[in-house]
Amino acid sequence: MNASNFVEGVDLSLYVILGISVFFLIAITFVMIYFLFKYRKKNNPVATNIPHNTLLEIVWTVIPTILVLIMFWYGWIGYKPMLTAPSDAMEIEAVGQMWKWTFKYPDGKVSDSLVIPIDKPVKLNLKSIDVLHSLYIPAFRIKRDVVPGQDFMMWFTGQKLGTYDIFCAEYCGQLHSYMLSSCTVVSEDDYNNWLTSGPNLSNEHPGLTLLKTNACLSCHSRDGSRIIGPSFKGLIGRQEVIIRDGNREEIIVDEEYIAGKIKNPNTSEVETYQAGLMASYGDILSDDDIKNIIDYISTL
Amino acid sequence: MTGTSASQPSYLDVTKGLFSWIFTLDHKRIGLLYLYTVGSFFLVGVILGVIMRLELFNPGADIIEAQTYNQVFTLHGVIMVFLFIIPSIPAVFGNFFLPIMLGTDDVAFPRINLMSWWLYVIGAIFALGTLIFGDGPADTGWTFYAPYSVKTGTNVSMTVLAAFVLGFSSILTGLNFIVTIHRLRAPGMGFNDMPLFSWALYATSWIQLLATPIIGITLLMILAERVLGIGLFDPAIGGDPILYQHLFWIYSHPAVYIMALPAMGIVSEIIPTFSQRTIFGYKAIAYSSMGIALVGYFVWGHHMFTSGMSGPSAWIFSLLTFFVAIPTSIKVFNWLATLYKGSIDIEVPLLYALAFIFNFLIGGLTGLVVGALAADVHLHDTYFVVGHFHYVMLGGTGFAFIGGLHYWFPKMWGKMYNKAVAKLAFAIIFIGLNILYFPMLILGVMGMPRRYYDYLPEFHTLNQVSTVGSWIMVTGLIIMLVNLFIAHRKGKKAPDNPWNGITLEWQTKSPPPLYNFDKMPKLAKGGPYNYPNAKNS
Repeated sequence: MNASNFVEGVDLSLYVILGISVFFLIAITFVMIYFLFKYRKKNNPVATNIPHNTLLEIVWTVIPTILVLIMFWYGWIGYKPMLTAPSDAMEIEAVGQMWKWTFKYPDGKVSDSLVIPIDKPVKLNLKSIDVLHSLYIPAFRIKRDVVPGQDFMMWFTGQKLGTYDIFCAEYCGQLHSYMLSSCTVVSEDDYNNWLTSGPNLSNEHPGLTLLKTNACLSCHSRDGSRIIGPSFKGLIGRQEVIIRDGNREEIIVDEEYIAGKIKNPNTSEVETYQAGLMASYGDILSDDDIKNIIDYISTL
Repeated sequence: MTGTSASQPSYLDVTKGLFSWIFTLDHKRIGLLYLYTVGSFFLVGVILGVIMRLELFNPGADIIEAQTYNQVFTLHGVIMVFLFIIPSIPAVFGNFFLPIMLGTDDVAFPRINLMSWWLYVIGAIFALGTLIFGDGPADTGWTFYAPYSVKTGTNVSMTVLAAFVLGFSSILTGLNFIVTIHRLRAPGMGFNDMPLFSWALYATSWIQLLATPIIGITLLMILAERVLGIGLFDPAIGGDPILYQHLFWIYSHPAVYIMALPAMGIVSEIIPTFSQRTIFGYKAIAYSSMGIALVGYFVWGHHMFTSGMSGPSAWIFSLLTFFVAIPTSIKVFNWLATLYKGSIDIEVPLLYALAFIFNFLIGGLTGLVVGALAADVHLHDTYFVVGHFHYVMLGGTGFAFIGGLHYWFPKMWGKMYNKAVAKLAFAIIFIGLNILYFPMLILGVMGMPRRYYDYLPEFHTLNQVSTVGSWIMVTGLIIMLVNLFIAHRKGKKAPDNPWNGITLEWQTKSPPPLYNFDKMPKLAKGGPYNYPNAKNS
């Protein structure tokens, strides 16, 4: 059994085209080398001018035309079913942001890896918070760009138990190659167990959970090291030099400043850091969430 | 046509000094100016490529950081696309040989020709300026996809400005060639008496003239968005990122044919010369260039099958893409048929031309794979695509460029290189190229995405093979360059017509005189490749 319902169509188009291609590559190379020796100067001192041959030219126009139409056809029939998801498909929201995938299940479960039941069509509603990403599961032969401001979807059915890599295939900045996740296909029972196992009931601070699920930690460290943006460690009360409207200002970071930056990150920038990369989280995080995050940051 | 005087000085000897070169109006000297600048940037691009391959030899961080890697592949792409491959064949060999092949003394607008080289230099300074000014070179990839290109703090503005200026250089070269071909052909030379290299340049020039303005406008839109905050492509301020991709590829797909068609033109020159017989299907080759140029305008959407496209647009773009394969395959069959009953001399340029066919077949056939919708969903944005276009660009256009250099070297400098060393270099480059790029095709089928600084362990072995290939290829390139450099310095004097060619450049001296011909060249009877010594069928 194939890993997903699309493997067959994609691989068929791949093999048909590769098969025809390998045949022509070998045939043409062989003829080329054969002519090279048969008609080399030593063997054939006087060349023959043959300006053209209508029949031959018709043949080698018509045959490639037919072949490329066949190739096109296999490409299209393998692709067409990807366009419409079955109406009974289970819907999951897949969110891409620098540099993290988040999967939100209908009943509120949130996970940074995808777990799906076997043999059930799954429809991923794709959302991006910042820039272009592309959700790619090579084993399933499926890929779709995740575009900010657009509601695209992709669907598939996992047909074989196992865990498969998820890559981001559209370049999205510094840690693009680390934007990895996995898709695990499990039995119906295991899926239901997983779904109801609830969030991890550790003693984790809710602010830390929010920092993790919103990929804040991709850019802001908790240990003082410099990644893309300023570290959270010792942030509150820290003296920083910021550039606002082209002017250099010295400020003391307080709770109000942090809340403002979460909502409107690009109104000012800490000196020596790049502006523009962070998306606004004003619509994603509630005021309570922001309060929790600030509370957590104050413990660092 | 001027040149009634018995013996003019060669274009190399007529004047001396730096200024006589950088302000020259002679198309041959401008061709050489392009050769030295374009060639230098090719070497810079190669070095950046080798750095990437070294970093990818092992997974994880090795020699450079992730951010540096992203800047390196962007600069590699920008340099190789805009500073090397787009200008390469037209600006170097087109400038040098188009007027000679048409039997005239210069291009239509020599001053505009010089200006296009200067624009090239200014564009190059902007591109390299990002190393010094702003927060480092762009890290967007050469495609500058929005909205990342709008948000990143690196110096995208200066990089797109470079591409914008380089676009004008390209437009002016195209304009110049179109007018030259229409107005300055030797008396008695109709369109169908032109050498096929001129036909290829003619088709290319129309693309340069008509498609390049679109990328110019698009890059200015990026600037407007970055500098003025106008919401064109970034949805956060009301823009549409898919619109950017359409605009970008409306130029950048036809640009692929700016890169490929002149290469096919060189191959169409080399094969009849070393077969000593007429080209098979002259008109088919000439008109298929125009066909490719035309159809090439309508296939840009195949870069976007996975980025948000309706079913009908997807199949229409896919179908049109497959139609490009037909004129291309016709050319391949014609070249093959030209070897038939030829009297073949296996010289260095022919080896490059035949290797071009082999590499270009791999590049073209893998192009069919990603032109098919289903296969593209899997392979888009993977190493398969990287392998595919490097086979087309370096294995195809690059090989034609080097082949052309070996073909016309004796004409350009009047010296001959060491052929045995040149053949050795060819073999090493050819083997290296295939070891470098073939594993990428397999990596792509396995699912390794492109623009990856780090990768999973299953991709390790093939990445190592590929890196070893880069070492082999670079070794070959060095041998090739040293061989040509020595030939340039103290090569044996080359005869005027070392290959027994019959297009007009072989009727003048090596190196050519200032106004190209001492006496009026004679057109071959019955077509530009109608070898008088060959039997007629």
